[in-house]
Amino acid sequence: MTAPDDEPAEVALSAADVVAGYLPGVDIVNGCSVEVGVGELVGIIGPNGAGKSTLVKAIFGLVPVRRGRVELRGRDITNQAADQLVAAGVGYVPQNNNVFPSLTVAENLEMGLYLRTRALAERTAFVGELFPVLGARRTQRAGSLSGGERQMVAMGRALMMDPTVLLLDEPSAGLSPRFQSEVFSRVRSVNDAGVSILMVEQNARRCLQVCDRAYVLDQGRNAYTGPGRSLLDDPKVVELYLGTLAQA
Amino acid sequence: MADADADLVAERAALAEAERTIAPGSAARAARDVLAEVEPEPGVAKPDPILVVEGMRRSFGGLTAVDVDHLEVQRGAITALIGPNGAGKSTLFNLLTGFDRPDHGNWSFDGRPLVGLRTHQIARLGLVRSFQLTKALARLTVLDNMKLAGQDQAGERLLPALARPRWRAQEAAIEGRADALLERFQLSAMRSQLAGTLSGGQRKLLDMARALMTEPRLVCLDEPMAGVNPALTQSLLHHVTGLRDDGTTVLFVEHDIDVVMEISDWVVVLGEGRVIAEGPPHTVAKDPQVIEAYLGVADEENVG
Ligand SMILES: Nc1ncnc2c1ncn2[C@@H]1O[C@H](COP(=O)(O)OP(=O)(O)OP(=O)(O)O)[C@@H](O)[C@H]1O
Ligand SMILES: Nc1ncnc2c1ncn2[C@@H]1O[C@H](COP(=O)(O)OP(=O)(O)OP(=O)(O)O)[C@@H](O)[C@H]1O
Ligand SMILES: [Mg+2]
Ligand SMILES: [Mg+2]
Repeated sequence: MTAPDDEPAEVALSAADVVAGYLPGVDIVNGCSVEVGVGELVGIIGPNGAGKSTLVKAIFGLVPVRRGRVELRGRDITNQAADQLVAAGVGYVPQNNNVFPSLTVAENLEMGLYLRTRALAERTAFVGELFPVLGARRTQRAGSLSGGERQMVAMGRALMMDPTVLLLDEPSAGLSPRFQSEVFSRVRSVNDAGVSILMVEQNARRCLQVCDRAYVLDQGRNAYTGPGRSLLDDPKVVELYLGTLAQA
Repeated sequence: MADADADLVAERAALAEAERTIAPGSAARAARDVLAEVEPEPGVAKPDPILVVEGMRRSFGGLTAVDVDHLEVQRGAITALIGPNGAGKSTLFNLLTGFDRPDHGNWSFDGRPLVGLRTHQIARLGLVRSFQLTKALARLTVLDNMKLAGQDQAGERLLPALARPRWRAQEAAIEGRADALLERFQLSAMRSQLAGTLSGGQRKLLDMARALMTEPRLVCLDEPMAGVNPALTQSLLHHVTGLRDDGTTVLFVEHDIDVVMEISDWVVVLGEGRVIAEGPPHTVAKDPQVIEAYLGVADEENVG
């Protein structure tokens, strides 16, 4: 997946020295750079409030980029509106409020199809296979789903559009261990099928295990970068960001 | 790539060091020893239950979300409630704390029946919960959210003897407690920020901190660590065991099995609304039925 010497041959998505924030004069993301090679699976981990979600939102045109540059396959997309990015094949699963609560499960999924309505049957089958439980809940209002079921709808919706680049903000949050394993291995297989993926995770160990490369963000800046496995072995990263619970 | 600031490294390292020095308290051993005598089977009676649930059912249309014949929660212990997505864990919390009504069933807290009581009445008896999807008021500041959570309880204990100077002292006490908790949950810097502008993990932290404002006797935490970064999770676990050591009973839902194994004295497994297993953590983790329904195949290390 990764080219031998770090630098991927072709870049699917890049954010260079991005500065972004919500309130005037308050920069949350403070000169961050991330890159996703074509076909690469890249993770972002870091403390709560580090600016991970803000960075992803800035890439997706939902938070203004104040400085720096975002590119999609070499094309400048800095501050481009989200709907244009969706049309260009970028999928996004937000961390919060990621389903339409008053719509049914089926309607939520259809919303994700965007312009490609002819692919409905094929995509629905694909997502149905990924999350079989959703099939039984097609007519339930998404707002009454359990936490984990919502997460599956949100992820399913992004996959409906058959994206080429996928931005995932904590896809495994709220899922049972069994489904977590499944989501990570499905993320991996979606990636193996050619989709370039940037994934924020608090389930940091698992994230580093599946990712080709990962970034640690802290206080709006890049703190560490490297292949997932080497970050897992870095005692500083373990101490500061992973904790030692799972090692016991 | 630039390294993290030296200060930051030092600060986090100090935190990690502090964690390591806290040894498991004697209350932990006490709770575990008492529960070690209890048979690990669904619905089993406990020596000193603070919460007893009897024949509790809740369905939505054709779906029975909760169907608990009998369940007891041991006083002074940390009990984990685990089970697949959609098993009915959050619904059970809703029922216990008056946020939803069962179709039928009884439950009692410290011997007092709770049927028909409202949320705030239940909270005032000392049974409080946090939410899986956070319920902090987005347009209030973090501190005001905390104070609001604290006031309910102050009202109950002190209202009868309410004199103005005393009320001021109470206000100060509430604010002091709020600040101490915010510090513990690494939210001090966000004190005056609107809750709606917190990051996902910060919102979870605020929700848990809010539940603790009232010094509950039984606190129900719905996935308190989901979305909280692993290093902070580890230090918050010590806070949870500290609560238990100070006499608070803790019932919590959690999908992170490492967290469950680390801090629980007892584990209850829910499957399709029913209690399918319960027992000490290591007994439950070996139960084939639990592995099948919940944990999935043991492929921890081979996801890639
Ligand atoms: N709408 C907003 N207005 C103002 N500040 C905000 C807003 N959203 C987030 N922030 C602040 O920006 C900082 C970074 O938030 P962000 O959501 O990017 O963090 P994160 O790294 O995704 O954290 P988590 O792991 O908890 O999800 C936080 O301190 C947060 O309080
Ligand atoms: N108002 C409702 N209408 C219809 N179905 C509902 C309603 N509330 C909950 N359910 C269903 O009841 C089941 C139990 O939901 P609950 O939220 O208790 O699950 P949970 O065990 O907390 O799951 P998770 O781990 O995903 O949070 C789910 O299948 C859910 O879709
Ligand atoms: Mg986030
Ligand atoms: Mg739930």
